[in-house]
Amino acid sequence: MSDVLLQTKDVSIRFGGLVCVSKFNLTVTRGELIGLIGPNGAGKTTVFNMLTGVYTPTSGDIRFLGEGTEGIPPCELSKRGISRTFQNIRLFKQLSVLDNIRIAAHQHTSYTLPEAVILSNRMLLQEKHILEKAFELLKIFNLGERAYEVAGCLPYGQQRRLEILRALATDPQLVLLDEPAAGMNHKETQALMETIGFIRAKFGITILLIEHDMKLVMGICERILVLDHGITICEGDPKKVQSDPKVIEAYLGTSQD
Amino acid sequence: MHTIRRTFGLPLLMLVVFGVLDWFFPKMFDLYIQTLIIYCGINMILAVSLNLVNGFTGQFSIGHAGFMAVGAYISAFLSVSFPNWAGPFINLNFFLNTVIGGLFAAVAGYCVGLPSLRLKGDYLAIVTLGFGEIIRVLLLNVDAVGGARGLYGIPKYSTLFWTLTWVFICCFTIVRLMRSTHGRAFLAVREDEIAAEAVGIPTTRYKVIAFVISAFFAGIAGSIFAHFLSYLNPSIFTFLKSFDVVVMVVLGGMGSISGSCVAAILITLLPEALRPLQEITKIDFRMILYSLTLIVLMLTKPQGLFGSLEISDLWKKYVRRSASN
Amino acid sequence: MEEFLQHVINGVSLGSIYALIALGYTMVYGILQLINFAHSDVYMVGAFVGFYAARFLNIADSPSYTSFFTILLIAMAGCALLGFSIERFAYRPLRNAPRLNVLITAIGVSLFLEYTGQVVFGATPQLFPNILEDSIIFSFGGARVTKMDATILVTAVGLMIVLRHIIQNTLLGKAMRATSFNRHWASLMGISVDRIISMTFIIGSALAGAGAVLVGMKYPKIEPLMGVMIGLKAFVAAVLGGIGNIPGAVLGGLVIGIAEEFVVGYISSTYRDALAFSILIVILLFRPAGLLGRFSVEKV
Repeated sequence: MSDVLLQTKDVSIRFGGLVCVSKFNLTVTRGELIGLIGPNGAGKTTVFNMLTGVYTPTSGDIRFLGEGTEGIPPCELSKRGISRTFQNIRLFKQLSVLDNIRIAAHQHTSYTLPEAVILSNRMLLQEKHILEKAFELLKIFNLGERAYEVAGCLPYGQQRRLEILRALATDPQLVLLDEPAAGMNHKETQALMETIGFIRAKFGITILLIEHDMKLVMGICERILVLDHGITICEGDPKKVQSDPKVIEAYLGTSQD
Repeated sequence: MHTIRRTFGLPLLMLVVFGVLDWFFPKMFDLYIQTLIIYCGINMILAVSLNLVNGFTGQFSIGHAGFMAVGAYISAFLSVSFPNWAGPFINLNFFLNTVIGGLFAAVAGYCVGLPSLRLKGDYLAIVTLGFGEIIRVLLLNVDAVGGARGLYGIPKYSTLFWTLTWVFICCFTIVRLMRSTHGRAFLAVREDEIAAEAVGIPTTRYKVIAFVISAFFAGIAGSIFAHFLSYLNPSIFTFLKSFDVVVMVVLGGMGSISGSCVAAILITLLPEALRPLQEITKIDFRMILYSLTLIVLMLTKPQGLFGSLEISDLWKKYVRRSASN
Repeated sequence: MEEFLQHVINGVSLGSIYALIALGYTMVYGILQLINFAHSDVYMVGAFVGFYAARFLNIADSPSYTSFFTILLIAMAGCALLGFSIERFAYRPLRNAPRLNVLITAIGVSLFLEYTGQVVFGATPQLFPNILEDSIIFSFGGARVTKMDATILVTAVGLMIVLRHIIQNTLLGKAMRATSFNRHWASLMGISVDRIISMTFIIGSALAGAGAVLVGMKYPKIEPLMGVMIGLKAFVAAVLGGIGNIPGAVLGGLVIGIAEEFVVGYISSTYRDALAFSILIVILLFRPAGLLGRFSVEKV
């Protein structure tokens, strides 16, 4: 198996006349933790949307595990191993915590609709398996006691964690985290950093994350890409990025901290 | 052995119960009550099946009468034009005709479900409404089923047994589905389509499945209706009939199967309960009161009678509360 | 050729009426995202207001432009009042409720008006008073332009121009546009959203009242359920043009009016009622937001 998980080549997208992302190049090898940063409106989330198939790039080529992803719907990409969280939390708010996880495990079931009605052996077996797996995950994240609570009623920090958990429940190879620390205080961010490190160690997955919290990004990412106005202005390890004059210029005013 | 009991235990038991009820029933109640019960059953099938699309999957269909019309006309046409095609047993013929009617309605549901790939919310609603109306106008123009004159002489096959059996099959199927990964997929589509796609739910596929199942049962309800009333007319299936079903679903609570059933019974019986008032005043106040009730209920109880809970949930809540007191 | 021209003339005349009613749907939708099912019944009440006003004023049999305008204004005022009350008492309490509840309430109000109409006005059709005598203004070959058709067209277009002026050039119009763009932000800018919504209902309903008088002149049979079909088609016209879009409603109305006239003329009148929906479905398949609507991509 090749070690390259995801490769994009000159990916650009335009909305109307506005070029949102231009010539985005990224190669992700298995096991990496890459940070994607940049000022607001730089096109970071748009990159995620293209990688997960929500938007189709105007030009360029995205390959996941060596295969092109053009025209493949998001749900199919999720089955192939790309999973994500959202900037503004998108949980299934009215459903229970447990169901949020079980829905993400949908792709691990193969029983048909008639089987669901007659309760076939295969159906019961698979449901049991999903349930066990869901509780296992919930326990790891300390959400086991909350399994039957309504997801929308969880405190904010736990909602964020649940969303990451839901992304993990699809058994992904690559997880895209969109501002996982947004709205968290220092302590919560600290806990989140530990969680992310733990996930990597435990599941051996590759992570690409967008974040504004520089402490978090500089602290855990091995490689960082900086986007400004859709253009990749810098790429390298945290040290190199921090000292790059172009990055400092793009962040001017917010770079003091 | 264990598997068979798990799978078919409850359905077989219910069949026996319905059989016994069917035998006792005509001896206990007069024709008026029997009629009301069968209408309640038909409306329950309609409401529960529409709930799958509107309540669980979060789409908005207001063309249910169209699917009902397809099922009614196809099955009635078979019964009238090809009597006893499946052998001498009336009930077998009726069962097969009903299923065929349902399948045709399901095909119609598939055709309506397809545009839902692209349309959302109100646009989808108006397209389903349009499909319903188009089906009605087509029926007006097909001479083989009587056109505007209507279709007469449909054998009266619908009995209490068949009505209850189909109500049971409909509720049973949907309850079991909702407790599976497929049911959770419907809910995921309702909650957040983009997130559902992101975790691997093929949302368009599930939307179409919801439309097909829902249309199938609407067709079944149509067949029971046709074989009870014994004549059909396209003007029965206007969008007002579709609205009626939507009202039942919203009144009962979106996403509550028992709520839909209770609301279906209420809406069927309310005009009847108001009948004495009409006799006293000599004016038909019933529908005015019906519409006023609707408005007042929406203003005072916006979640419907049960919200998204089932009767069993409410019972558990009640028990818990009385226990804690 | 004459036949073709005649169909175009009739179609434009019918289409302009659809457009008038469609405007009410589209304006309310633009501001509240509500399919106001009761609008078709406001239109019905408009016809009856005209009917009783003509009787009361004793002008039921004195056709003249004076009677026409009198009845037109009275019907518009009556409908405006009704539209205002519906919004005030049925929709406003639900301002923050889920949209579906408001929709069901709209259906409830619609049924209420229809059934009350059947009790109050009687279920049997009445004859709309003859308030404008009909004559042929000019004809070429077989195609005729009648005084009636011309009046309908001129009135409808006139009202649309007034509406356009209100929306584009007045402060009220600016506030309405702002509210339809974003109700919350509009209220932060000091716009009294409730008042603007009321005004929208008043204007939209008044247009329906005008439509009712125009239809009453052309097709004089009026009854409590007369709004159902025409309301549905007007709504379809609004969706066709892109709901919430005012020029779209006019365009949609004309498209449906003309197409319907052609189907009746060349195919069969029984398919008339299915036509509007068929056009709608075909167009929505290619342009999911209607002819002039803009399809917005949900932001992720």
